[in-house]
Amino acid sequence: MATRLQFENNCEVGVFSKLTNAYCLVAIGGSENFYSAFETELADVIPVVKTSIAGTRIIGRLCAGNKNGLLVPHNTTDQELQHLRNSLPDQVVVQRIEERLSALGNCIACNDHVALTHTDLDKETEEIIADVLGVEVFRQTIAGNILVGSYCALSNRGGLVHPHTSIEDLDELSTLLQVPLVAGTVNRGSEVIAAGMTVNDWTAFCGSDTTATELSVIESVFKLREAQPSAIVDEMRKSLIDSYV
Amino acid sequence: MAEEAGMFTVQQTVGSVLCCKCGIPMAPNAANMCVKCLRSEVDITEGLQKHVIIIHCPECDTYLQPPRTWIKAQLESKELLTFCVKRLKNMNRVRLVHAEFVWTEPHSKRIKVRLRVQKEVLNGAILEQAYVVEYVQQEHMCESCSRVQANPDQWVAAVQLRQHVSHRRTFFYLEQLILKHNAAAHAIKIKQMDQGIDFFFANRSHGMKFVEFICKVAPVRSRNDKQLVSQDTKSNNYNYKYTFSVEISPICREDLICLPPKVALSLGNFGPLVICSKVTNSIALLDPFTLRQCFLDAEQYWRTSFKSLLTSRQLVEYIVLDVELVSSEVNIGGSRCALADAQVARVSDFGKNDLIFSIRTHLGHLLSPGDYALGYDLYSANANDMELDKHKGLVLPEVILIKKSYEEKRQRKRGKPRSWKLKSLNMEVDDTRNRADEEKVNNEYEEFLRDLEENPDIRFNISLYRNRDYQPSEVASVTDGDVPSVPLEELLADLDLSDEEMEDTA
Repeated sequence: MATRLQFENNCEVGVFSKLTNAYCLVAIGGSENFYSAFETELADVIPVVKTSIAGTRIIGRLCAGNKNGLLVPHNTTDQELQHLRNSLPDQVVVQRIEERLSALGNCIACNDHVALTHTDLDKETEEIIADVLGVEVFRQTIAGNILVGSYCALSNRGGLVHPHTSIEDLDELSTLLQVPLVAGTVNRGSEVIAAGMTVNDWTAFCGSDTTATELSVIESVFKLREAQPSAIVDEMRKSLIDSYV
Repeated sequence: MAEEAGMFTVQQTVGSVLCCKCGIPMAPNAANMCVKCLRSEVDITEGLQKHVIIIHCPECDTYLQPPRTWIKAQLESKELLTFCVKRLKNMNRVRLVHAEFVWTEPHSKRIKVRLRVQKEVLNGAILEQAYVVEYVQQEHMCESCSRVQANPDQWVAAVQLRQHVSHRRTFFYLEQLILKHNAAAHAIKIKQMDQGIDFFFANRSHGMKFVEFICKVAPVRSRNDKQLVSQDTKSNNYNYKYTFSVEISPICREDLICLPPKVALSLGNFGPLVICSKVTNSIALLDPFTLRQCFLDAEQYWRTSFKSLLTSRQLVEYIVLDVELVSSEVNIGGSRCALADAQVARVSDFGKNDLIFSIRTHLGHLLSPGDYALGYDLYSANANDMELDKHKGLVLPEVILIKKSYEEKRQRKRGKPRSWKLKSLNMEVDDTRNRADEEKVNNEYEEFLRDLEENPDIRFNISLYRNRDYQPSEVASVTDGDVPSVPLEELLADLDLSDEEMEDTA
C-alpha cells in the first residue's frame, strides 16, 4: 500500500528518505513523526536507519542504492559511513565513490537489476555502480531531462516517469528495465517524481499533497495492492501446510 | 538541425497522463491538471474590477476620462470600448485578449463588457478566462454643459465696462481682443449697454480675472463693490454679489487734446496741443509740430483725467494743394513722420471760395499735392474747452491734419465684401434701440474695419479670419491702387469656426 506523509510540513518525502527492498534510510528530523511513519510500515521487515549524509538531511538525493548495495558521495563523513555500515544488513555493500556529480540520487535511478544514469557520469563510477549494486547500467535521459534519478521512480515491479515522456521513450525505457512504465505525477501535479515519493517492491511513501488519482496510479503501476511483505512467506507457509496436511 | 545533418531522430508521440485531480486522461501540461480542475483551483479574475462607476454627461453624451477630459462616444462604439477597458485597474496583472459589449438597455445606465484575460498560473500553465464587467453610468454634467445650463440671472460678479464717448469704436476693438485671448470664456452673460458692455460671471474670481485682463489692454480705472444677498450667522457664511465698475479713459486714437498746463509742464513743456497716436494700457501722445512723443500710463492719466478737445467724428476733409518738407522722415515710436509745410483747402470750400490754409503737418511723407487728408478744423471750431483758456497766449493753428484720406478710392470698393471677417462675442442687445442707432453702429463698425485695413499695428493684436464667401474679382485687384488692405497671409484659416458657432448658439 502507498502511504501519504510529510517531512516537517514538506511534501517532498523522496528528498528526505531512501527506500529499498533491504533497508530504509530516513533523515534526522526535528520530530519523530516522519521516522515513526516509516517504522510502523517497515519495522518488522527491514531496518529503518536514521542518518545524515555529508551533514545534510537531503539523503534521498545524495545516495543511490538497492538491496545489494548503497553508494554515497565523496563528501560523506567517515562517521556517517561507519554508522551506515554498522546499521545496514551485512550483505549490503556500502561504498563511497569519488564522483564529481555528488548528488547521486539525482543522477542514478535503479531497481535491483537495472540502473539508469546521468549521461556525464565517469567510466569508473559506472563500473562501481555495476559492481556494487549488481545491475546493468544504461546512460539515459527521461523526457529530455538528464537527471534521470529525479524524474523517475523504479521498483522491480514497475516504474513512474516524468509526465512529458513520449510514448516512444516509454517503450524504450521499459524494454531496458523489463518492467511496465507509466507517465504520471505526484504531489498534485508535480513532475519531479523521485522527490515526491520513494518506493520498493511492496510499499510506497508519497508526499501528502498527492491526490487519490495519483495514488491509484502509483498503486497500480507498482502493483502494491497484491504485494505484501508477508505474501511470499504466506505462499511458502501454504505449501508447507499443504505438505503437512 | 538534426534533420539537416541527416541524423536519425525518433518520432516523439505525446502521451497522455491522468489529470491529478479528476483522473481523466489528458495531454501533459505545466500544471498536470485538466483545464476544468485548473479553473476550479485558481480564479485569475480575482482582484480584477467587476463593477466600475463611470461619469457620463447627459447633455453632450460624453464620458469623463479622469482627471478632466471628456470623451465623446456612442454606445457600443469602439471608442467607448477603449474607454471602458482603460478604466479598469489591475489589468497589468493579466493579459487582455478579447473584449466585447454585452447588450444592455440604453436607458438602463449600465454598460456590460465581456472580457477574456490570460494569466500564468501554477508553474507556467497559462489559463484563459472570460468575465463580465458592469459599468454603472453616473450622470454628471460636464463643465461646458453646466455653464450653458447655468441660469444667467444667477450671476455673482458683474463687470461694467464703460467709456464715456459718443462712439463704440473702442468696444469693437476690445471685443476682438477679448475674443483673441478668450478672456470672457467664463462669462455666463454678456450684455451690450449704452456706452459700454456688462459682463456677468458665476464666480468672483472669474470677474477679477477679467478686470485684470482689461487693465492690461486699456487705460482704465476700476472700483468694486459688494452687496450682501444673504447670510447665515450660524455657519458664518455670507453670500455677496460683486460689481466691478471699469471705466476706460475717453481719450481715443486720433483725438486732438489740449493738455492741462500742469500735465504739459510735467511732460517737459509738451504740447499743449497734441494728437493721441495710440492707446494701449497707456496713452501715446504726439505733438504734431515738434514730432515729440510722450506716454501717459493709466495712473498718470486718471490723476488729471483731461478730455479731448476734438474727436475723430469731427474730422473734416481737406485737399492738399502744396507740400514742402521741412525735415526728413523720422521714426517715432514705430510710426514714421515727416514735418512739412502744406497748403490745404477744405473740400467743402473747394470751388466756392479761395480760403487756403498754410499749415504745418507731421504727415509730410504721406501727402503730395492733390491728395485728400482728414484734419481738425480749428479755424471754424468753436472750442469751449476749459484747458484751452488756461494757456495764456496760445495761438491755435488753423488746421491739424491727422491722416491721409482714402475716401475717393474707397468709393469704388463700397458694397463689395472684404476678403476677411472677424468673430463677434455672443452679446445680448437691448431691443429698445431705434433704427437710427443701429445704422450709426453699423457705420461705426464699417469705420472700425476700415481702420483695421489702414493700420497694421492695430491688426497686430487681433485675429482676422478668411472670409469663404469672398471671391476676388480680377478687375478689383487691378484697380486697387494704393488703397491699404489686409494681406492674405495675415488671415487665419478659421477651420473650426462653424463648430464654435454651433457651440455658441447651443
